[in-house]
Amino acid sequence: MLAVGLNHYLVLSALIFSLGILCMTTKRNAIGILIGVELVLNAANVNLVAFSKYQTGSVDGQIVAVFVILLAAAEAAIAIAIFMNFYNTVRTIDVDRGDELRW
Amino acid sequence: MDTLAFYVFAAVSLISAIGIVISTNIVRSAICLLGTLGGVACLYFLLDANFLAAVQLIVYAGGTLILIVFGVMLTSKSPWVAFRPSRGQAAIAMLVAVLMAFGLCTLVLQADWGASAGVLAQSPTVAETGQALLTRYLVPFEVASVLLLVVMIGAAYLSRPEE
Repeated sequence: MLAVGLNHYLVLSALIFSLGILCMTTKRNAIGILIGVELVLNAANVNLVAFSKYQTGSVDGQIVAVFVILLAAAEAAIAIAIFMNFYNTVRTIDVDRGDELRW
Repeated sequence: MDTLAFYVFAAVSLISAIGIVISTNIVRSAICLLGTLGGVACLYFLLDANFLAAVQLIVYAGGTLILIVFGVMLTSKSPWVAFRPSRGQAAIAMLVAVLMAFGLCTLVLQADWGASAGVLAQSPTVAETGQALLTRYLVPFEVASVLLLVVMIGAAYLSRPEE
């Protein structure tokens, strides 16, 4: 086994990113789409931390990753609130039913 | 040792991520998300990002995941309801994802990232991270706290009961 380097993390991150995209496009449950977004953000974070360790040699990448986690938490809170409103109006969480902008 | 640990945690993350995608039950997807988040947190430890790994476990696995599970419980009549996409849509999505994974991997392996400025030297980076957050990154740090306040008020406003 060869030593783990930058490329290993980048390939892993690319695979997780693609799975996140697949999750976002195949789920019809709104919360499933949110889970896909979290996967994509995690893939981006792995990239940031790997570059921080192997390429820049400073903690800047880690700090950007902290902000990404913060934004992901904020986004999840707002998204869940919107889904609750959507569920109260349409009585389902299937995003295919949410094709009307006005009620 | 590090190599073996990397492959183990990478496998945990990837298998959980695949589980998220192929599971039709949203509760199982949420549980698989826990596996991915935990695997990625362990990878942060391998990358000497101790503080970030702790934040990942506390905020993601402890906060966001609980929020998602609550969202699942509050928005379904039964936890076993499943909506599936049509076969054609799933095939197109699969094609796009495979092409994207292939393209990204080729790009990453061929790219020239330039000379490395050095590998992160000291192992616990917590002190350095804290100092950077309160000096160089003070303004984004404060803006983030305001953002969290706005999100808190916004979420409470959006999910209030109808009058």
